[in-house]
Amino acid sequence: MTTTRASGREQAGPATTTPIRPPIDPKVRGLRIVVGVVAAAAALYAPFYFPAAQNKVLSQALYLAIAAMGLNLLTGFNGQVSIGHGAFFGVGAFTSGLLVVKQGWPYEATIPVAALVAAVVGLLVGFPALRVRGLYLALVTLGLAVLFPQLGQKYVKGSGGVPLLQPSLTDTKSLLQGLADDQYAYYLTLLVLVIVTLLTWSLVNSRAGRAMVAVRDQELAAATVGVNLAQVKVLTFAISAAYAGAAGSLSFMIDRVADATNPVIYFQRSIEFLVAMVVGGAATITGPIVGALAVVLLRRNTEQLIEGKPILSPALFGAALIAIVYVLPEGIIGGVRRLTSRVTHRPPPPSTLTTTTSDTSV
Amino acid sequence: MALLSVRDVSVRFGGVVALDSLSFEIEVGQICALIGPNGAGKTTLFNVVSRLYEASAGSVDFDGRDLLRLAPHKIVELGIARTFQNVALFPALTVLENVMVGAHAHGKVGFGRGLVHLGVRSEETAMRRRGLDILDRLGLVELAHRPAAGLPFGTLKRIEFARALATEPKLLMLDEPANGLTHGEVDELGTTIREIRDQFDLTMLLVEHHMTMVMAISDHIVVLDFGRKIAEGPPDAVRNDPKVIEAYLGAPA
Amino acid sequence: MTLFLQQLVNGIGNGVVYGAVALALVLIYRTTGVLNFAQGEMALFTTYLAWKFARSVPVAAAIALAFVIGFVGGAIIERVLIRPVEEARSPLNVVIVTLGLFLGINALPQLIFGTDSQQMPKPWPSDAAPGDVVGTTRAVKVGAVSVSWAVIALALMMVAVCALLWLLFQKTRLGLALRAVASNPESSRLVGINAGLTLMLGWALSAGLGAIVGPLVAARSTGFDASLMQGVLVFAFSAAALGGFDSVLGAVVGGLVVGIAEALTTQYVDPLNGIEVLLPLLLILGVLLIRPNGLFGRRTVERV
Repeated sequence: MTTTRASGREQAGPATTTPIRPPIDPKVRGLRIVVGVVAAAAALYAPFYFPAAQNKVLSQALYLAIAAMGLNLLTGFNGQVSIGHGAFFGVGAFTSGLLVVKQGWPYEATIPVAALVAAVVGLLVGFPALRVRGLYLALVTLGLAVLFPQLGQKYVKGSGGVPLLQPSLTDTKSLLQGLADDQYAYYLTLLVLVIVTLLTWSLVNSRAGRAMVAVRDQELAAATVGVNLAQVKVLTFAISAAYAGAAGSLSFMIDRVADATNPVIYFQRSIEFLVAMVVGGAATITGPIVGALAVVLLRRNTEQLIEGKPILSPALFGAALIAIVYVLPEGIIGGVRRLTSRVTHRPPPPSTLTTTTSDTSV
Repeated sequence: MALLSVRDVSVRFGGVVALDSLSFEIEVGQICALIGPNGAGKTTLFNVVSRLYEASAGSVDFDGRDLLRLAPHKIVELGIARTFQNVALFPALTVLENVMVGAHAHGKVGFGRGLVHLGVRSEETAMRRRGLDILDRLGLVELAHRPAAGLPFGTLKRIEFARALATEPKLLMLDEPANGLTHGEVDELGTTIREIRDQFDLTMLLVEHHMTMVMAISDHIVVLDFGRKIAEGPPDAVRNDPKVIEAYLGAPA
Repeated sequence: MTLFLQQLVNGIGNGVVYGAVALALVLIYRTTGVLNFAQGEMALFTTYLAWKFARSVPVAAAIALAFVIGFVGGAIIERVLIRPVEEARSPLNVVIVTLGLFLGINALPQLIFGTDSQQMPKPWPSDAAPGDVVGTTRAVKVGAVSVSWAVIALALMMVAVCALLWLLFQKTRLGLALRAVASNPESSRLVGINAGLTLMLGWALSAGLGAIVGPLVAARSTGFDASLMQGVLVFAFSAAALGGFDSVLGAVVGGLVVGIAEALTTQYVDPLNGIEVLLPLLLILGVLLIRPNGLFGRRTVERV
């Protein structure tokens, strides 16, 4: 005999007068709208204003943003630290590369395929990742990022027998009349970024998104309310890998190469994603976008500041990173939120990534 | 018929025996209290029932079903919810969102639907309304949109209570719910527990140290010491049981 | 058989290097809970210092001087750069700081000393023709196997370091304090331990260790430049993960395992030619799947 469950009969009360969503200060709302419109306008107009070389840099920032957003899902929202997302990026780049160069596919069709392949690899990594926590997970992912170019060396023979694939000039040409190739590439990347941002926004504000955060902060308690830990962790891995794969695919178009000749290149990519995520604001939606722009801008400026002493450039970049983390420990978006909360005298939204159960320390 | 049936459950951690052949039952609709000195094994029992610990021996049946075969995230589907001794809320979420996570098992939007926004809006609205109702019932509704981090311990305990209610349980296990409350608040809590039991048609299992509250609201008490049950029965019987007095106060000189 | 033993010896040589850097990583991790990406570059900087000093003083003294500077430098870095960020309880931010350090400290010696390849004099028996500052390392013949003095020196250093560290951690009050702070900084402060000093000490020891290992690695080859430690770092991380990040013994064992596995794979497993790094990585993955905290790591117990 099983008992029936009561759903709980409640009396009518003040619960009905409390808004179901936190009220937003109209000043903040106004500000957000203005910023949003300006940003959108700038983003749409940019490729007509800048020369091709600059557009390429902007496009690079955009695909960096996509990859960083993917990493943010896994590391920011779900707490699984990965310093190997470059590997998924590489998977995406080489999937597109192989399909375009060896199979003659139209480039645009390879983007979803690249994301899918990367997602599958992410799934395969996500399962063993369940066994390995925090620091060790980070190191295993590091190993992946280092392993990937090695695998490329072994199994991919591009031009000259090295794992380097390049599209022919016609492969990634603009599909739209009136747009130069670099402008088209920019818009395509922007489109993917917008789509990906909307997906992220929807996910994070849904039951699944809350489950991701719950698993990050108190996984045992999450299990006791019915969250399937393994499922959440593995799926987050797969989805975040898909984002990185899509970014990699876009990089094939923009940089016109899929290159695994340098053994540390995908490790460097992984670090790039991580930096963009942290600088922009971990566990925020727009953080990775802002962070990616900041990182790319910063790199350009430190490179330009020292003509003739190229060694100084990474040193300055490193110093700048340290400074940013000091001044804005919650990233740029985190800092903006604190600022607006001070202005509106409302409490700031919950801290983006405070560590209570810290996964990276024993 | 017994809702929860614990039979000869033993839990060993290496050489330490946390629970030693523990057996007791809880009837539907009862408020049952699990008491005993610190380290007696009370939270261990909770962890066995919520499947966070493996039992070395014995069986636990809930509503006729064998619990010990289930994964931890499945027990909420049977209707068991619990709170934690040291509060395990999600600090990055608001109070309301914490309660909404409690309703996770009743939701449908997974990663697929979450990404493409299918059914998200309606589910969110429904979950938020329901969460606010529960918060209201526990007098927490003003805090709904505040981050859970930084609130006083007693408040956090109540939020956890709300989260557990959101799972729509049949059996609600509360681990030291009166921790951190003043005397007045403890009395209020006792009343609240009884009212909620009646209103939501629940069965409750409490671990508690506040004897006045335990004696006042419990229908049935189980006393543990060193992992073993040393007494069981209604409050009056337990209160006067010499073994219980000895466990708490020591043997008479 | 001779070939096998020879490769084994080579593997041990590399393994000691990986193990020593892994040890430095573990030291910092055990005492401050930080994963220090800049470990290799810190060793690089002190290596350059040792090289500079060795132009005027005997190489052993140069290394000793570099040790002192590394020791002090490590303490300062912890206090000034790491501590404020660590106290904000965001481990990702700390990672970013160590990455920034990686870039900065890698660039520093290049700025000061230039980017040319340099040569480190050898602090062990070697043959030098007249005018040759550096010379070539002598080897000791054990049966048919030739054991380079470099390997012997590295091994001796490792044994000495391990012995000293063991004494420190297990037999001194300071070592006890170090372990306490690593486990629970707040409670340590409450019992009167100066947590700040011990945190600095962890970094100081680690940087000092790097100042000893770096020059030995540099002396082992015919020349060194700013990329000296970059190949080592990944293997050191792998070694530390393999052994368990909170175990000194684990770091050493891990290093040896990785070094030997690498040497034997290069020699014997031909299909893996070119991707030797696969084997240590697979090894680590395998070990972590069976023992998720590394071979010697301690299980983290969560009290619910």
